[in-house]
Amino acid sequence: MNFPENLRYTKDHEWISLEGNVATIGITDFAQRELGDIVYVDINTVGKALNAEEVFGTVEAVKTVSDLFLPVAGTITEVNSALNDAPEAVNTDPYGAGWMVKVTVNNPADVEQLLDAAAYSALVA
Amino acid sequence: MKATPFTGKHIALGAKMAEFAGYNMPISYSGINDEHAAVRNNAGVFDVSHMGEFVLKGEGALDLIQRVTSNDASKLTNGKAQYSCLPNEQGGIVDDLLVYCIEENKVYMLVVNASNIEKDWNWIQKHNTGNVEMHNISDKTCLLAIQGPNATKILQPLTEIDVLNMKYYTFAKGVFAGVENVLVSATGYTGAGGVEIYFEDKDGAADKIWDAIFEAGKAAGIKPIGLGARDTLRLEKGFCLYGNDIDDTTSPLEAGLGWITKFSKDFTARTIIEQQKNNGVERKLVGFEMIDRGIPRHDYKIKDADGNEIGKVTSGTQSPSLQKAIGLGYVATAFAAFDSEIYVEVRDKLLKAKVVKIPFL
Repeated sequence: MNFPENLRYTKDHEWISLEGNVATIGITDFAQRELGDIVYVDINTVGKALNAEEVFGTVEAVKTVSDLFLPVAGTITEVNSALNDAPEAVNTDPYGAGWMVKVTVNNPADVEQLLDAAAYSALVA
Repeated sequence: MKATPFTGKHIALGAKMAEFAGYNMPISYSGINDEHAAVRNNAGVFDVSHMGEFVLKGEGALDLIQRVTSNDASKLTNGKAQYSCLPNEQGGIVDDLLVYCIEENKVYMLVVNASNIEKDWNWIQKHNTGNVEMHNISDKTCLLAIQGPNATKILQPLTEIDVLNMKYYTFAKGVFAGVENVLVSATGYTGAGGVEIYFEDKDGAADKIWDAIFEAGKAAGIKPIGLGARDTLRLEKGFCLYGNDIDDTTSPLEAGLGWITKFSKDFTARTIIEQQKNNGVERKLVGFEMIDRGIPRHDYKIKDADGNEIGKVTSGTQSPSLQKAIGLGYVATAFAAFDSEIYVEVRDKLLKAKVVKIPFL
């Protein structure tokens, strides 16, 4: 499984990348494999300010459904609308075309507190 | 956790495994959508050896089966099988099952759900007042389902039994892949065609048969299929899953199983169920498809346009073949007609759906 070094991770299996105070967030390769074929990404929180670990959406696989948790506090500014027609991108390219939301984070330093690639891969090993 | 004789094969093939009914079972291999398509369009192999099998023998066997099941097993002749259910005293369902007539009036095999083996065994024993000889052969019996439009074509070279022309819900015993006494049955839980084969795992029979099937199907691209796709395949055809769509509290008539409920004979709770037939039932199991975007799941509430609760979802998924969200659920009878507008509560939102005919596909 693939866990890029440049990302940070949560124990809830989200990844986050940060540029300035804008974060891009999705679910990890481990998460997409566990869920199986993803058929719908349901996110209705654009414009909302949420705390860390609050639910920002839901991902539906054929067999199961799972909540999406925000890794750090911030405001959801954009959702990946391409997933409406191609939710399978979360399976095929979880760190690229399968990204889910962009977030203006309250405190960029929060991201540094999350798991790095080594710690996350140890968690799911 | 119990293993089937094929558990090692599933793990070696890289299947995602999970506990089901006490067994370590494959949930998926290449992915549910891919496996689903393989069965609809070609052929796939399911290990369903966790299912239970009972053999009932003796002069009273048919009488016992008639008393505990809802369908009319006296209609069965040698080599014919029948879908049926075991009603409980309240008119609910102990289990749904297949009844195989091995020898008319004398020898029958009942095939029951893995999660209900003990419950069913005790239930039938309790009604076995005529000392019918009962054998629980579940642990030693292997069951593979080879399903899909190309399944019988692939299997025919492995056996002298005429699987290509076998009629739905009939079966025959014979040599299969060099193994004797294999029961080949034109049944299944996918609506995609194909057979199910029952045999005893002795002298390496399980390995021999599994390997022969995959060798025979190699050129055609036969695939192993997990329980995940088994669920989406059966749901597209509107087949009930015990524990989801039917259980101890649902009557066969509510569940749309009137066609396996025959009042030409006496059976458990016949009076209650016959009354339901005459007076109508208050709720019915219906198929529905989502109009608003969302996926129905087991136990989600079903409401009317005003938000009044009118029922519950019992099964739901994104249908891989239809590419839309479908479900089964009980609704108040007033909402059971086709095209009725219903709403499924998904995470505090009411999403519009409409009642459609089943099978969905």
